[in-house]
Amino acid sequence: MGRLDKQRNIIDFTLSSLMRRKARNIALMLVYTLVVFVLASVMFFAQAIKKEASIILKDSPEIIVQRLVAGRQALVPEDYIEGIGKIRGVQSVAGRYWGYYFDPVAGANFTLMVTDNGPAIGKIRVGKGVLRSIRASEGDILPLKNYVGEWIVFRIDGSLSSESELVSSDLIMISENDFRKVFDMPKGHYTDLVLDVRNSRERAVIAQKIKDIYPDTRPIIRDEILRTYDSIFNWRSGILLVIMSAALLAFIIFAWDKASGLSAEEKKEIGILKAIGWETSDIIFMKFWEGAVISLSSFMAGIILAYYHVFFASSSLFEPVLKGWSVLYPDFRLTPFIDGAQVTTLFFLTVLPYTVATIVPSWRAATVDPDSVMR
Amino acid sequence: MRKSSVFFIYLAVNLALLLLLSIHALIAVKDSGAGLSVKSDLVKRLGLADLCLFSEARYARHLSLSDFNTPFQDHPMSLEHFPSGSMVGPPDHLKRKAVR
Amino acid sequence: MIELTDIKKVFNAGRPNEFTAVEEVSLSLDSGKVTVLKGPSGSGKTTLLGIIGCMARPTSGRIHLTGPLMQGMAFAPKGAPAEVTSLPERFLTEIRRRAFGFIFQQFNLIRGITVLENVMLPAYPMGDDFKSLRERATRILKDFNLSGKLSSRIEWLSGGEAQRVAISRALINDPAVIIADEPTAHLDTKLSAEFMDIVKRLKGEGKTVIIASHDPIVFDSPIIDRVVEMRDGRISGEHIRS
Repeated sequence: MGRLDKQRNIIDFTLSSLMRRKARNIALMLVYTLVVFVLASVMFFAQAIKKEASIILKDSPEIIVQRLVAGRQALVPEDYIEGIGKIRGVQSVAGRYWGYYFDPVAGANFTLMVTDNGPAIGKIRVGKGVLRSIRASEGDILPLKNYVGEWIVFRIDGSLSSESELVSSDLIMISENDFRKVFDMPKGHYTDLVLDVRNSRERAVIAQKIKDIYPDTRPIIRDEILRTYDSIFNWRSGILLVIMSAALLAFIIFAWDKASGLSAEEKKEIGILKAIGWETSDIIFMKFWEGAVISLSSFMAGIILAYYHVFFASSSLFEPVLKGWSVLYPDFRLTPFIDGAQVTTLFFLTVLPYTVATIVPSWRAATVDPDSVMR
Repeated sequence: MRKSSVFFIYLAVNLALLLLLSIHALIAVKDSGAGLSVKSDLVKRLGLADLCLFSEARYARHLSLSDFNTPFQDHPMSLEHFPSGSMVGPPDHLKRKAVR
Repeated sequence: MIELTDIKKVFNAGRPNEFTAVEEVSLSLDSGKVTVLKGPSGSGKTTLLGIIGCMARPTSGRIHLTGPLMQGMAFAPKGAPAEVTSLPERFLTEIRRRAFGFIFQQFNLIRGITVLENVMLPAYPMGDDFKSLRERATRILKDFNLSGKLSSRIEWLSGGEAQRVAISRALINDPAVIIADEPTAHLDTKLSAEFMDIVKRLKGEGKTVIIASHDPIVFDSPIIDRVVEMRDGRISGEHIRS
């Protein structure tokens, strides 16, 4: 118990010492906590989205075939279906109709889709985000402007569940006939094709074969779709790089302040402590606690606040950033998929350098002779 | 009260909160099945390929379906002018060298 | 009792600024007596104080400690003199903490923290029970009429109060020996006299007191049992008062 008591006593003195510059140290802790909060929020958010994407998109189409003309996405002619259907291993090929619609009134982009068992003529089924953007509810009407400038009025006879907003928020399900009325979709063409293959391991091979037969196509396989979201919010992506750099800079500044050595007064104080009976190891412990008190407190507070922010408050602070210029933004609650390794890494990145930066410069001063204050 | 006691209490409270949050996470993940399958069912039924996170630009809305040229369809000199482009880079499969 | 045999202390050995602070000093200091080391600055008094109080090791020579000084020391055989110059730092520090209390010329109190905490500081690393430590410190400060100043910052104290805090700190571990280095150097006559009164009280409690001073108020005081004169690092004379 003696050793524990000793550490407690040392912590008492360390806290007294820190409180001598109360305002400065509190400000330091607040900024430190803020940095941890931002980093951890980004980390939690990115990891949760990635994990959720990998689960949700598991059953996305096995192969999607796009067509490019002069570097632009172009419509796929229906005879491609026959040609692709003949490739060994392809179980089914189907054409899809979908496109983007910009609503000038709401200022929002919607994705229009035609599917089997879609709504009847004159009716649409929309995602919750659409309803919010146009400030309407089920049963209301939504006029869409078509390719010749005419307004076609549709009645909203259903909405996609709130739970599915992360994938459905901006969708408008529409019948095929109505799709053609809105967009000038020429007969015999599709937006893209979706394939089912017999053996999932053959996807890449089949994709290559498609390209061989139709060089102007661009097949995308399910693995690529899933991997897209594996690398989302990577540290290398623009804004994240800025955030990470800023955080790193902040930590360097904190550590620098400590690592640039002790002031004359601090050295004198260590001399006094040694003179009144503190050993070198006691001084080192004190310096350790000086760093640990600040970094540990800030780290824990930052993590807790970040968890609350991302998983209870739906990352509300990030919303303006994520929304960008979008008018429509999905309302979703993320599942807390946490990667423990990331939290541990953040811990070592934040707590360790600061604590070390507090101890190392003091090493020399701590080894000073006890009688130095007398000379 | 001793200053160190205050500190220890602060640590203990934080640790307790962290523990609570960990338990929350564990439970929430366990119970996430239903919610996740609503989404994955819709993905399967409608043949979706992307999350609806960034609706401002085509190549951000359908990230996995975009190609290098897609941003330029929106704007010929498309140095990134949509905020979402600063958050999501091109998907990995575009960055790999194509197999000839 | 403290026995010094042929103590020599050289600073910066082997370098161009090599300097011998203390040489050929042999001294026996009895328990319960007040001894003054008298001499001009540069005579080696301060260095010798540091060596006596186990704060610094001599370059050569031996120090033996016996008697009540060594009570409670695990490694000292009962009664037999213990030689301390060869002990590892940890043991030396232990002896210093328990047996010696220092009062510095500049007081050397820690600024920004309270009087009470300053007095308790020397005992912190010893892992004593906090409550009893605080009671001890409070009691000592009460004896010096500082009860009202327990929570005051050092910066707010008068000269006399700071002096008493410095003395209280030296007494926190109830040491057998009090060592004071030029205690009256920054004090006026009245406070110097008060200091000597305190020394008298400490002597009455059975403590050994060693003071380095060139102040007549100190070495002419009737409380002093012995004056050791030093010059250029050596003992140049001695007066014993009966």
